[in-house]
Amino acid sequence: MTPKIRITDSTLRDGSHAMAHRFTEEQVRGVVHALDRAGVEVIEVSHGDGLGGSSFNYGFSLEDDVKLVAAAVDEATSAKIAVLLLPGLGTVEDLKLARDAGASVARIATHCTEADVSLQHFAAARQLGMETVGFLMLSHRIAPAALARQARIMADGGAQCVYVVDSAGALVLGEAQERISALVAELGSDAQVGFHGHQNLSLGIANSVLAAQNGATQIDGALCALGAGAGNAPTEVLAATFDRLGIPTGVNVQGVLAAAEDVVKPFLPRLPFADRSAITQGYAGVYSSFLLHAERAAERYGVPAHEILQRVGEAGYVGGQEDMIIDVALQLAAERDGAPPCSRARP
Amino acid sequence: MSARKLGAAIVGPGNIGTDLLMKLLRSDTIEVRAMVGVDPDSDGLARARALGVEASAGGVDWLLSQETLPDLVFEATSAQAHLANAPRYREAGITAIDLTPAAAGPYVCPPVNLDDLAAVPNLNMITCGGQATIPIVHAVSTVVPVAYAEIVASIASRSAGPGTRANIDEFTQTTARAIEQVGGAGRGKAIIILNPVDPPMIMRDTVFCAIPPDADTNAVAASVHRMVARVAAYVPGYTLRAEPQFDEPREAWNGWGRVAVFLEVRGNGDYLPPWAGNLDIMTAAAAQVGEQLARERAAA
Repeated sequence: MTPKIRITDSTLRDGSHAMAHRFTEEQVRGVVHALDRAGVEVIEVSHGDGLGGSSFNYGFSLEDDVKLVAAAVDEATSAKIAVLLLPGLGTVEDLKLARDAGASVARIATHCTEADVSLQHFAAARQLGMETVGFLMLSHRIAPAALARQARIMADGGAQCVYVVDSAGALVLGEAQERISALVAELGSDAQVGFHGHQNLSLGIANSVLAAQNGATQIDGALCALGAGAGNAPTEVLAATFDRLGIPTGVNVQGVLAAAEDVVKPFLPRLPFADRSAITQGYAGVYSSFLLHAERAAERYGVPAHEILQRVGEAGYVGGQEDMIIDVALQLAAERDGAPPCSRARP
Repeated sequence: MSARKLGAAIVGPGNIGTDLLMKLLRSDTIEVRAMVGVDPDSDGLARARALGVEASAGGVDWLLSQETLPDLVFEATSAQAHLANAPRYREAGITAIDLTPAAAGPYVCPPVNLDDLAAVPNLNMITCGGQATIPIVHAVSTVVPVAYAEIVASIASRSAGPGTRANIDEFTQTTARAIEQVGGAGRGKAIIILNPVDPPMIMRDTVFCAIPPDADTNAVAASVHRMVARVAAYVPGYTLRAEPQFDEPREAWNGWGRVAVFLEVRGNGDYLPPWAGNLDIMTAAAAQVGEQLARERAAA
């Protein structure tokens, strides 16, 4: 018997990047209503960079996260509402506020080598009675065995599921499969394994299928692919594809197709698309959320966004270092102008 | 000057304590009399002895039983240890410069508020990110009102010890509070990012301040430059990566304009490697606090 896959929809969290973090409460209610009716069991609602992400560095939220979480909880009849938290950025205090607003799943994200900074947050989440999920971001940056060791740290710290998070959309088929298999072998029955895919190389769906076939039981998607970079594996395509493969998800395919077409598509600022910059992200292994920031810096400083992203990839910057995009743009502009970005001669 | 040097002890012979020792051994105003730990096999105690400093594994009990007590103690242990030790130092009349997150005393950032705190018996060094960024927030907030300031500290993974990792919220919350209380921002926010790239990245700090639409940007930039020079006087590797960047007010920014300041903190390489600028700025700032107290007491 094929094990059931639980789809977590991240339209209202990863999609927040593509919306420049400007979701309205009405949009949140509409999306939650449609997903809940279609049988999606978990819906993530947060600033794109998680609770506490509202900032100059990542973009200010139009509405407070906690208010949007409360609205989502109010709208859902059976779906659980999840929140994302990046230690170093959000805090246990933020998690408590989200819990008070009714969030019941805590997804704690770290760079793929830094799992131990999440232990404080897993402990708090469990104490708050929340279901817990660990997120190992930019999972392509380390080998499967090393990734599995980091997953073990999260599982021992209280994560009930650990995700291979392909934040750059850089994993190519077998690379995703090997990482999933390594985590499944390491975690056994101690924790589930999940996969979060991006479309920068258009492999979000294919990688998700390989993940499911290799033991992952939680898979992320977003309606209309609304997410960072070229977007996430589209929830509606995941549901349809898993249905064709006979992998049960509990999601009504027609329901999510309608949610994508009738609810999300009308408010999209632009359709997620693998353009030159997004493909560069997948190709160079750059954090997908950097895309809009690079485009803004490109416009501000007159240097190409894809060159910024290429340079950011070479420098090995990780999720959260959006400020370095401006720094890189300044360096590129200085190289173009043949002048140092900071003249030290100033009195 | 040849005034009497202030006597100091360093409690906590780890990486920070050792780096601090190497800085203080160059001081004209402070004489390190002892390195204190609790583990007789500690490498740090052995290193101190090799540098000619008396070292004891007898802990604070040993330190306080000495005939001559130090004027200053630099605490580089843990918050828990410092909370236990702080009342004992105070009772013994020793000024404590606290490099742990205990915050038993007020936050100090040397170029900002040390002058006001010279008589306080216990001073807390905030955080590495705080020492790197609060001077800049202050430089802006003395020119224009800063309703909100935000800092992003990026450090090499290898420079983040187990204490930082186990309680990373402590960094963000302490730094945010100090951005308000010491930096002068209406509201503060702090973000810390650990980056594992190899070779390790040098500490980077970015400061974003909300500024009024009519802010005098030339005056703000000049104030930032002056402050960078003041910090660089005691942290030689503290530099601007670029001129302060000013952005026009935006609706999404609550109508604020913004100044962004990009900093690099390269360590002095005393004991810790140059990429560990985050640790270097803590020890350099603590040494600066000690030296300034010594100068003031010599003058008094």
